[in-house]
Amino acid sequence: MLSLTAVRHRYGAREVLKIDRFEAAAGEHWLVLGPSGCGKTTLLHIISGLLRASEGDVRVGGQSLAALSGAALDRWRGRALGVVPQKLHLVASLSVLENLLLAQFLAGMSEDVQRARAVLEQVHLGERAAARPPQLSHGEAQRVSVARATVNRPKILIADEPTSNLDDANCERALDLLQAQAMECGATLLIATHDQRARARFENRLELPQ
Amino acid sequence: MTLGGLSLAYLRARPLASALNLLLLALGVATITVLLLATEQLENRMGRDARGIDLVAGAKGSPMQLVLSAVFHLDAPTGNIPLSDATALSKNRMVKKAIPLALGDSYRSYRIVGSSHDYPAHYGALPAEGRLWNAPMEAVLGAEVAAATKLRVGAKFAGAHGLGEGGDEHDKEPYHVVGVLAPTGTVLDRLILTSVESVWEVHEHGAPASASKEITALLIEYASPLAAAMLPRAVNATSALQAASPAYESARLFRMIGVGVDVLRAFGVILMLAAGLSVFIALLNALEERRYDLAVMRMLGATPARLMGLMLLEGCVLALAGGITGIALGHLMTEALGATLRQAHQSAVTGWAWSNQEWWLLAAAVAVGIVAALIPAWRAYRTDVAPVLAEG
Repeated sequence: MLSLTAVRHRYGAREVLKIDRFEAAAGEHWLVLGPSGCGKTTLLHIISGLLRASEGDVRVGGQSLAALSGAALDRWRGRALGVVPQKLHLVASLSVLENLLLAQFLAGMSEDVQRARAVLEQVHLGERAAARPPQLSHGEAQRVSVARATVNRPKILIADEPTSNLDDANCERALDLLQAQAMECGATLLIATHDQRARARFENRLELPQ
Repeated sequence: MTLGGLSLAYLRARPLASALNLLLLALGVATITVLLLATEQLENRMGRDARGIDLVAGAKGSPMQLVLSAVFHLDAPTGNIPLSDATALSKNRMVKKAIPLALGDSYRSYRIVGSSHDYPAHYGALPAEGRLWNAPMEAVLGAEVAAATKLRVGAKFAGAHGLGEGGDEHDKEPYHVVGVLAPTGTVLDRLILTSVESVWEVHEHGAPASASKEITALLIEYASPLAAAMLPRAVNATSALQAASPAYESARLFRMIGVGVDVLRAFGVILMLAAGLSVFIALLNALEERRYDLAVMRMLGATPARLMGLMLLEGCVLALAGGITGIALGHLMTEALGATLRQAHQSAVTGWAWSNQEWWLLAAAVAVGIVAALIPAWRAYRTDVAPVLAEG
């Protein structure tokens, strides 16, 4: 599903990412581990096509990202990828439900309110559909962000530091939710974190050196 | 979810700024709308009133005053002219048709005009009720006069001396209403017509010698284009009369009013530009607050062109709303102005009319919105997503 070969990324002369070979099969759950500043976020951006790697080949579902350009890459990202950014980044001017509909719209999918409501039910936010993001607790906002990332049934679900600033119980809950949602749409799950609490749950780990 | 819905959501998220920008633009558009409607209707109305009248002959004085008093019935007459001079001019071979006018009295500030049947015929006016006058002291009311005074066929009224309210009443010689004219959309609607003899009868109390008979003005239609070159000069040089051209004098009047109109129009344009600047600043500020939103939208699959479209649409929607509000406001203001003028018996302006130029005004308002959104839209287009998301 996801394969990286000889990927390097540099900012100026400084190499921030070096992966010789990485492969993740469909439906696998992976942890990308490493201390802050080791290039986790850079890796996630490269996989999601927001950043082009300085060198190397990135393929998702057989599709080489280097072969996609501009608008095609944007469309591909909207459909194939679900991203839960570290800061969640819900659109404050829109309601919870509209945030999900926005993801459908921007990915060029036809609007499917039923699907959006179903996903909100899955993350136990069915009753908060009309709420505005600023009215939500952090936990609720995170669940909306996960729902938004999975509403288009992506092939790959990516979460950046989903457990930072969470206590142990909430950390477990957040990981449960991500794994359950990835399973629900059969997506490969990629969680980037420096949080050692997550380590025990995942057999598949990609450790990035400092 | 559509791009339009998204623009609206963002405008609603900043209600105060959006409302202020909308209002600013609406005021500019409204100012220009009022000018557009008022000048266009005034020009149309004056054009209708002056149609077919090539020359006005009357007493010496200001030519503009002569035209204003005899054609548009707005100003006081320049004085009277001897009937003999008027008759001599009417018989000139360069004159195709000459309509005599005798002014002096009014009823509830509607002018009583002594004339011939040629006068209503010139404007194509027919009696809606009753008939035209045939004998002295018979009067025919213009449509607006009849509506305002509630006088009907068969009623009697006494004219007052002078053209304003409060002159002495000639109650010994009351007029007898024999007809009411159908509305013509011209100055005729605001006049009370009678025979020239009636006006003499009211004023001269007894039988005057025909040599001392006077009228106020003569409306003249040329017999040939050649007359335009020769007749005015002939009248002005060789007789005690003055000749004035309605077309020339109204053009001169509009040139004089035009300065004021231009100043107001410039004021409206400045308001619109200020609104554009305000929209520009609002969108630029919003862009700063919204860089995460824009980055997230890119992450969710939006192309840069789509984000640019979103910003442009937002400027466009705001400008369109401001333009439509402004035009509606302009019509209301014009109608209010018209209502005030109607009280002064000058019903030239109404807000319930559409001018095709308003489409251009609306297009200009939208153009202002688009131009104001152009730089913010370009910056949205250029947003580099990865660094914004990474700094989060």
